[in-house]
Amino acid sequence: MDKKTRVFLCKPGLDGHDRGVLIVGQALRDAGMEVIYSGLKQTPENVVEAAIQEDVDVVGVSLLSGAHMALVPRITTLLRENGAEDMLVLVGGVIPPDDARVLECEHGVARVFGPGSDTREIVSYIEDWRESR
Amino acid sequence: MSDTAEELFRRLLEKDRRAAARLITMVENGQPEAREALRLLHRHSGRAHIVGLTGSPGSGKSTLTCRLAQHYRSLDRSVGIICVDPTSPFTGGALLGDRVRMQELSGDPEVFIRSMGSRGALGGLSVATNDVINILDAFGKDYIIVETVGAGQVEIEIVKFAQTCIVVTMPGAGDEIQAIKAGILEIGDIFVVNKADREGALRTLSDLEMMVETRPVREEPTWTPPVMSCIALEGTGVEELAGAIDDHWVYLRQSGMLEQKIIGRMRAEMLEILNLKVTRAAGAVIDSEGRGQDIIKRMVGRELDPHSAADEMAGLLAERELDVR
Repeated sequence: MDKKTRVFLCKPGLDGHDRGVLIVGQALRDAGMEVIYSGLKQTPENVVEAAIQEDVDVVGVSLLSGAHMALVPRITTLLRENGAEDMLVLVGGVIPPDDARVLECEHGVARVFGPGSDTREIVSYIEDWRESR
Repeated sequence: MSDTAEELFRRLLEKDRRAAARLITMVENGQPEAREALRLLHRHSGRAHIVGLTGSPGSGKSTLTCRLAQHYRSLDRSVGIICVDPTSPFTGGALLGDRVRMQELSGDPEVFIRSMGSRGALGGLSVATNDVINILDAFGKDYIIVETVGAGQVEIEIVKFAQTCIVVTMPGAGDEIQAIKAGILEIGDIFVVNKADREGALRTLSDLEMMVETRPVREEPTWTPPVMSCIALEGTGVEELAGAIDDHWVYLRQSGMLEQKIIGRMRAEMLEILNLKVTRAAGAVIDSEGRGQDIIKRMVGRELDPHSAADEMAGLLAERELDVR
């Protein structure tokens, strides 16, 4: 039996820059995970539908547009409504610390990885979470 | 949420996409619990038209798949899509990006897209892909499109058992047509030159036509594979392609070839699974028994050639009255 960690990386909203999320994707792939990438300009509804069809363990949301306080809570709400609250939700991108705290404490985000985060830190966060389940 | 096989099966028939997704994961992981669900759903499968789509990287397979699915949706038909991409044999990881080319489909719950890493287990990929096809079939999808890079033998094995196999190529690569010759020419029921607005499209089209005309005659001489041109990005030629897929379906049914294809696929499916079981059982004997180890040692010492070794191994398995179930 070979239980692979599946991760869905997505770019919701009007945000045309995906260098960062692709670098994270490569790091996760090189750590032996299966990474599915959504492409740019997704709606929260599309993101959640894809995460469910792909039956992923982790949803990684990348945002640089500043719309995170609107889009991320919408994604976590939709995940919960679809019975997928067991998926680990991580957020990356330009998120001010105050917003990050609100997302983590009130909106079901496990962790926000801001600019300058080490990809190894993200990999081991996911690995530790997987092990603890 | 209950994840027992019976429960997942029941929810699958009720069109619960989470149940379908979870079952696919269990199949991919090789979890034994999936077996019971596969047993139950088998009699509910066999209704979908399975379309295989293969071609070299960059030929536009995903975009074409997206356009085809959009076309089927405009006719109110449901679609399942399986995208198989290579897993790194070194890290076991994979970056699956086919969804990027299928954005127009996302959010439509009647289109179920699943990205699969090839995971590289011995023969395991075609077994898993077949299982996933059967799950989506029982899930009620009218069309199931299986998309793979036509690079290796395994990928060819997968699309070979589709009822209609589409081979995609593009202009501008003379060697491309040469590469198509080996093995892929024989399996194509429909050939598509995508990106037909590029220079050299006519040349590629006529080269392909000639190769299709002169290809070895198969058991189905009454079907001449059409060679079509498409510009998937613009949607040009997609309706015609869908028409050709339906024509092929009608041909399969009227000629009795559909039944032949289904028999062939069932036989191959069973043999693949058996192959996997025998290989695993034999591997376990080699790893755990002195005599198995001894066979390898004698091979290394050049006393025993691989063919004789396999015979001796088969003898050893027979002696053990090995139950591979």
